[in-house]
Amino acid sequence: MSTERGRIRITGFDADRVESREPLSDWTEERDTETESRWERAWGEFRDNRSAMLGLYIVALMGILAVFARPVTIAGVTVQPFSLAPYDPSAILYVQGLDVSAYEAPSLAHPFGTDGSARDVFSRVLYGGRFSLSIGFIVVSITAAIGLVYGAIAGYYGGRIDEVMMRLLDLIFAFPGLLLALIIVAVLGKGYWELVLAFTVFGWAGYARLIRGEILKVKENEYVMAAKALGARDRRVIFRHVVPNAIAPLVVQASLSIGTVVIGVAALGFLGLGLPPGSAEWGTMLDATRETIVQGPGGTIPWWVTVFPGGAIFLFVMSMNLIGDGINDALNAQEGTDVATGGEV
Amino acid sequence: MGLRRFIAVRVLTTIPILFGVSVFTFAMVHLTPGDPIDQLVALNPQISAAEEAAIRARYGLDGPVWQQYFTWITNVLQGDFGTVINVDQPVGPYIMDRLPQTIALGLFGWVIALLIAIPTGIYAAVNKDTLGDDLSRVFALSGISLPNFWLGLMLILVFALWLDLWPVLAPNKPLFSPAMLKYLVLPGVTIGTASSATLMRVMRSSMAEEMNKEYVTAARAKGLPERTVVLKHVLRNSLISVTTIAAFLTASIFAGAVVVESVFAWPGLGRAFVKAISGREVDLIMAITLFTGVTIILANLLADIVYALLDPRIRYD
Repeated sequence: MSTERGRIRITGFDADRVESREPLSDWTEERDTETESRWERAWGEFRDNRSAMLGLYIVALMGILAVFARPVTIAGVTVQPFSLAPYDPSAILYVQGLDVSAYEAPSLAHPFGTDGSARDVFSRVLYGGRFSLSIGFIVVSITAAIGLVYGAIAGYYGGRIDEVMMRLLDLIFAFPGLLLALIIVAVLGKGYWELVLAFTVFGWAGYARLIRGEILKVKENEYVMAAKALGARDRRVIFRHVVPNAIAPLVVQASLSIGTVVIGVAALGFLGLGLPPGSAEWGTMLDATRETIVQGPGGTIPWWVTVFPGGAIFLFVMSMNLIGDGINDALNAQEGTDVATGGEV
Repeated sequence: MGLRRFIAVRVLTTIPILFGVSVFTFAMVHLTPGDPIDQLVALNPQISAAEEAAIRARYGLDGPVWQQYFTWITNVLQGDFGTVINVDQPVGPYIMDRLPQTIALGLFGWVIALLIAIPTGIYAAVNKDTLGDDLSRVFALSGISLPNFWLGLMLILVFALWLDLWPVLAPNKPLFSPAMLKYLVLPGVTIGTASSATLMRVMRSSMAEEMNKEYVTAARAKGLPERTVVLKHVLRNSLISVTTIAAFLTASIFAGAVVVESVFAWPGLGRAFVKAISGREVDLIMAITLFTGVTIILANLLADIVYALLDPRIRYD
């Protein structure tokens, strides 16, 4: 039996018999034309990963709680009127005439107790998510973008440009990230955008190194040569043909780094170098407990002011790492290279 | 390229990096607008321009930046790191007083990390995909996700306050006495936990990779007990990969010391650095930053050399 197709003669293959498929196979003619992009397939994988989905739900919940903790007003217009937090996170409650003292143990009225200035810890933990989560996502988006461009340029052009750009990275890697962030805070001072900058200025180095390595692998492919041969400009070749094929490990790295940044921000807050004292940021809240952890009023240990803000950081970072692991498995990015896991500061 | 030549080249290429590290340190602190004198003038408006120039000249802040760098690096190479203004003490002795404390803490953290990571890593690799392996994965994930300052506070809360097993703060005793060992335990565990989690995962994956190699089958085939195969043949080869992350972990322990020393009021370099940042002790900030950078570069160099010595298969290029 043979079939004539174009000028190629195929023997030993009976096209008519292909129609009679295994009865149990769910193949249909319609499905034959379906295509699934890599990202769709990865999302399918991710959805089947129970621990990763748990992480996603927790992060989504914490995000929603942070947004709806207090009303959001932009330029005088209230965009978000809901207020889930029972008290104003910065209000000293006895000043408002409420019958509340400092270091009250958790109760129904104050599920997480009150802190040393008689503020409601539950409200503060809910609200504090705004700082950590927003800084985490902002820093990671900016640093990943810078690292992508830097690494793509170094990897694509290679040679002397690459050499110089990589030596600069070596210098950044000679210092722990937390140390660099501390120095930047020392120079710039405390504040929200100062913190963002502290983790952005050198935070892109890891992504740059990762993406450069990927680009070196991808640019050897024939389709890159084909694009160049067709006269595509460098910029088009890099961002249209090379980068999309090298980006998977970057996505994994970024998802795992959010936890690292959040811990770093909290660490600066804890050291008293993050946001102004009294801010409802998780790390800054722990800083205030450090001196009073030993002696509470009446000899009791006010464990709640330490346990809950720190627990919130732990829960968030853990969930982010679960998501990161899930993305890693889904994109199957672990081809021989170990991607650093978030949390190291 | 032979081994000796490899080491020589590696050592020589470290020199320009060390130079770069010193420029980087200096630039971080000096390339920002304004210097301490500007602040001084802003606070005391009665200072005249002539007096300002005189103060600048006294602190060597009147020349161009490269000249200031040159003055600084010349002094540093002669062992003069400037002064800690707050306590009016030269930076050199100030650091040397605190360095042993940080080294003791770091070594202790390393030991704890190794003690936890190597046995659990071996166990997880041998019993792959069992409950024990899953538990070790959960442990690793929690270890990485725990903020070390919170872990420190929680350990104080549980072991020092509730169970009353440890005093919270170390007394002011000489570092190298048996009594001090006890005070190292809580900060050491705090600093070692994150590293042990990372180390354990590396250990597990490299063990698992080695287990699939043919020499393992050969060792089993000649009738060696599984214990000998794992502990003698596989472990040796997989420990090589531990040296590759040793330098990285040294850096993370250094960063950990900054936070953990502040939690436990441990009188080391990390706490001194935080104080220097709050007090804007420029000389001290630069000295500790330079010291950290140089240490990490040298740790990397050492790790590369040890790796080359341990693994004869490595190609030197």
